[in-house]
Amino acid sequence: MEKLLHSVYLDEEKCLGCTTCVRNCPTGAIRVRGGKATIIESKCIDCGECIRICPHHAKLAKTDPLSSIRNYKYKVAIPAPAIIGQFKTKYSIDRILSGIKSLGFDEVVEVAYGAEVVGRALKYEYHAKRYPKPLISSACPAVVKLIQVRFPELTDNICRLKSPMAVTARLVRKRLKEQHQIKNSDVGIFFITPCAAKATMVNNPLCCEDDLYANIDGAIAIKDIYSDVLTYLNEVNPGEVLQNSTPEAFGWALSGGESNYLKNKNVLNVDGIQNVISVLEEIECGKLDTIEFFEGLACIGGCVGGCLTVENNYVAKMYIEERAKKAKQTSITHMPEEYVKEIYNSGMMHIKERISPRSPEPLDTDINKAIEKMHEIEVLESKLPGLDCGSCGAPGCRALAEDIVTGKAREIDCVFILKDRIMELSQVTNELLQMGLPTGKSNE
Amino acid sequence: MSYEIVFDVKRGDFDKAGEASRKIKHTLQQLGVTNKIVRKIAIAGYEGEMNLAIHSLGGKILLEVGESKLTLTIEDVGPGIPDIDLAMTQGWSTAGDEVRQMGFGAGMGLPNMVRNADEFDITSQVDVGTKIVMSFLL
Repeated sequence: MEKLLHSVYLDEEKCLGCTTCVRNCPTGAIRVRGGKATIIESKCIDCGECIRICPHHAKLAKTDPLSSIRNYKYKVAIPAPAIIGQFKTKYSIDRILSGIKSLGFDEVVEVAYGAEVVGRALKYEYHAKRYPKPLISSACPAVVKLIQVRFPELTDNICRLKSPMAVTARLVRKRLKEQHQIKNSDVGIFFITPCAAKATMVNNPLCCEDDLYANIDGAIAIKDIYSDVLTYLNEVNPGEVLQNSTPEAFGWALSGGESNYLKNKNVLNVDGIQNVISVLEEIECGKLDTIEFFEGLACIGGCVGGCLTVENNYVAKMYIEERAKKAKQTSITHMPEEYVKEIYNSGMMHIKERISPRSPEPLDTDINKAIEKMHEIEVLESKLPGLDCGSCGAPGCRALAEDIVTGKAREIDCVFILKDRIMELSQVTNELLQMGLPTGKSNE
Repeated sequence: MSYEIVFDVKRGDFDKAGEASRKIKHTLQQLGVTNKIVRKIAIAGYEGEMNLAIHSLGGKILLEVGESKLTLTIEDVGPGIPDIDLAMTQGWSTAGDEVRQMGFGAGMGLPNMVRNADEFDITSQVDVGTKIVMSFLL
């Protein structure tokens, strides 16, 4: 798949230009232009809200087709923890994983395995003391981007441990090379993704471009393989043991799953992008100074609510909790602490580069000119009706005023202003019509 | 070129709590003020806004943007502060239980403003009101 900045895209034929997505985008990143929704790349955080909300299903996420796995000799599927919430608990985790394997993979390794390592390493990272408080989870790539775009001063708070997905891929490649002498270039690792944001991350890793071993070759949507896996679940009973996860680890699919690993800390778990924005605003103005760890997930319920999942997020949560109750293994018995420490100390799970702000462009780089434009925006805004109806294609009157001043829209894009102009014009037309012609018959 | 924006804050209006600071933050970002200064003003402004909602009978927040500095003036009508030195002490607060339960009123307001502003000035008259002027150098 080509390198993309975003995985959210538009099916132009289906888009009616209705502005539902425009008004619901949490970062104001969409405009309707020429009757079609367009995304402002610099503002989009890939949260997937528009995919969920579009009444015409015109917003889609770019993911890889299952057929793309054929490009590799040794094919590995790494499903997100959310996968096990997609199926009834009468189907064991082993059976679900076998179902995925049957699609043509040589191996299936749960991302929950990497989640266990990252979760357990979190306490070491927390005590590393190079973070301002609160430490902010880097698990949700949409939230990380949200912080870069809208809360630039909080980027230093973001935890710089790689994601469970990247750590899982790293550990798989290492094992295949060392124990099975499989060439790295022959290995194709495919993430089975619940959301658009993760799909983007596969193509644009946060900061692990330098690390070939953490590379993931593609992202396949859960909903694209759902039917095939379900068919398999009903047909065969495999009996192969593939599960390598604990309840704590697959709990990462739910809000609070990650912070569950930080015992005795003041943690705050928030799900749903609008809720995350509200709480980040409070963190930014210094109100929540007793919070030690903040876990924000863009989707309601956590990853189970991802826009590429099939099952209702509350039902999926119930399935995962049921599975946790039945499980025998716990985090501590499953993986020795020395193993976690060794991986942590090796440095391979750290993001090397700084997660830098991606602040939106100011109105002008010269503050005097920016102030001038701000005045213009306010004058314009006062002329607009203030209804935020969206008919102009912008999310609200203020946004339209900003677009006009920055040369991206016109005043008559507002239907109310357009109506006033037509009214003025028709009055002039009327007056002109009233005036008699010298050569014509007198009106009197 | 200069720019001004005023916000009214009513006593007890927690539905709108933080709205002024949020708008101030957004405006400053659009004007191209650095993230670091924006955050300082967001913190100081939020404290001021909360003080108006919790302790005063209502007041105004005025932001003035000049070429070399930003000024934030927070002025209220209210009980005033009898002992400013005591109010400047960390942890000291006159906020009622109800407000504390909402997570506000743990003191810290004034010291937090002093810490974030480059210049800080406070005048207060009992039973009349309080005026705080903070400057931030660009």
